Amino acid sequence: MQLTLFLIFAVLAVAGAINLLIQRHPIYSALSLVAVMFALAVEYLILGAEFIAFIQVIVYAGAIMVLFVFVIMVLNAGEVAPAPKSRVAAWIGLPVLALFAILVIGQVYGAFGATQLGLGEYLVQTGPVGNSLFHDFLLPFEVTSVLFLVGVLGAVVLAARQDKAPKPAIAQAEAEEPKAMAAGQR
Amino acid sequence: MVPLSYYLALSAILFCLGVAGFIFKQDIITVFISIELMLNGVNLAFVAFSHALRQIDGNIFVFFVMVVAAAEAAVGLAIIIAVMRNRNTLDVDQMTKLRD
Amino acid sequence: MSTVAFFVLSLVKCLIVLFILLTAVAYIQLAERKIVGRMQSRVGPTRVGPFGLLQPAADAVKFILKEDVTPDGAHKFLYILAPILAVVLALLSITVIPIGGTVTVFGIQTALQLTDINVGLLLILGVTSLGVYGVVLAGWSSNSKYSLLGALRGGSQMISYELALGLALIGPIMLAGTLSLRGIVEAQAHLHWFIVPEIVAFFIYLTAAFAETNRIPFDLPEAEGELGAGYHTEYSAMKFAMFFLAEYVNMITVSCVATLVFLGGWMGPLFGPTWLHMVLPTVYFIVKVCFFLFLYIWVRGTLPRFRYDQLMAFGWKVLVPLALANVMVTSLVVALR
Repeated sequence: MQLTLFLIFAVLAVAGAINLLIQRHPIYSALSLVAVMFALAVEYLILGAEFIAFIQVIVYAGAIMVLFVFVIMVLNAGEVAPAPKSRVAAWIGLPVLALFAILVIGQVYGAFGATQLGLGEYLVQTGPVGNSLFHDFLLPFEVTSVLFLVGVLGAVVLAARQDKAPKPAIAQAEAEEPKAMAAGQR
Repeated sequence: MVPLSYYLALSAILFCLGVAGFIFKQDIITVFISIELMLNGVNLAFVAFSHALRQIDGNIFVFFVMVVAAAEAAVGLAIIIAVMRNRNTLDVDQMTKLRD
Repeated sequence: MSTVAFFVLSLVKCLIVLFILLTAVAYIQLAERKIVGRMQSRVGPTRVGPFGLLQPAADAVKFILKEDVTPDGAHKFLYILAPILAVVLALLSITVIPIGGTVTVFGIQTALQLTDINVGLLLILGVTSLGVYGVVLAGWSSNSKYSLLGALRGGSQMISYELALGLALIGPIMLAGTLSLRGIVEAQAHLHWFIVPEIVAFFIYLTAAFAETNRIPFDLPEAEGELGAGYHTEYSAMKFAMFFLAEYVNMITVSCVATLVFLGGWMGPLFGPTWLHMVLPTVYFIVKVCFFLFLYIWVRGTLPRFRYDQLMAFGWKVLVPLALANVMVTSLVVALR
């Protein structure tokens, strides 16, 4: 039962990841990653990490990937044609990567093949996560809030239009409207 | 019962696919998406070990990885918007201003 | 209980809930047209059936028989995926909503809920946060500027108000000490409704919920005066019906959550014989949910639409700071208690 569930969602995750690589259009890549994240959320549930599973859906699929889709929409990003150079990279790189994966998996089998994980053996509820977060990991938690502040400031500075005299957004939109209309009439 | 190694193998496969995307893709947004895929692969290993060792710390680590990924996505996408505005392309091969 | 019995019982419960939900959506929509009509000195639909009661059936037939148009240049896969995503996500959150205590029907004891999970409220928040995909993908894949503008507005609006929505729910969660919806209701027994200590959170939740469901006064994504019909301009027939269904199911969901988290769910005075004890909680629950649904319609008939920059400023500069302050005060009270 647990093995079946694991295999279904493992196959889903790998299929999503491969689709991410195959698709040319970034929006399909982004949506494939959302599928991978869903599959992983179910894997987390199977592993008893219910809080992390739902945070995965809320934060990763619901916030971060929405941001990606949004930027793809705003930039109207289309397909980028693959350069011939990257085909050479694929011929050499893919076998090397596959070799790396096989080596890692082999090592993992040798070291952890005997450890069995059962369904519902270890359930991480929300309460203990909160306790650990606000007692043992309080300093990292506070540091991440500073990180967020810096991130927000950085994003605003980078993405803001660099006009010489910064005007409020509405005034600017109103100023642009007649221009746009004039352009349309031409 | 599922062996721990299955989870770790899945984690490794996802990580390697992420690396492949990071290296082979031409499109800066997809490159960035591949980074998120790598992070997700690693997260699975954290949760699996957390379960195997009966330690909550693995869960907490995943939480922090997500937080950092969120901050990273905000800044990274802002950089992509700035690049698109200045260079008018999303092809990583054409972003060669520092080289030539 | 054996596994087969469990699956059969769950399936029966799912079908019952689905039937009730779809009927409710049809009649809320009729009630909305009737009530808004009265508010505007009209009578609303009256022709089909007595008092227009068969109007939903006529609408359904119309939706099925209309021609299904896919615009040229649309991203076909996403164009079809978007309404399906919207309706599936809307229906998903109903699974964790309890509509009453435990009842015994034909000798089988069952909770009036599809499933009670430890993190029910997180599931609802997660599904709400995914609802953005339906709007954004519909708008983008339609290849129309009205749809795209509606989708951009809708996406940024839903992301912004989701924050306030989640933060407003933190206060009651802290008071109840659990994320399970059943647990939250049981923490409000004996009329200790969370609306009294969490009145600020209640109004923040209500405002954010209106914005999350894209209803007036926050219906910028489908502002018909400026954007055609917003993100679903290009949709017709059943695909449009799916968006329509999703919107009303979402309204029911947020009303249910408001009832469960702030108004004590199915809690209320119990009296009379034993069978009444079983029925009354569900009646209380339905009455409270209907109150919120009426509020939706009432507000629709009363308030004008926000301007876009006002909407964003209100979300980020008023609701989020207020919700954060509420979380701080509540946590202080919980810590000192």
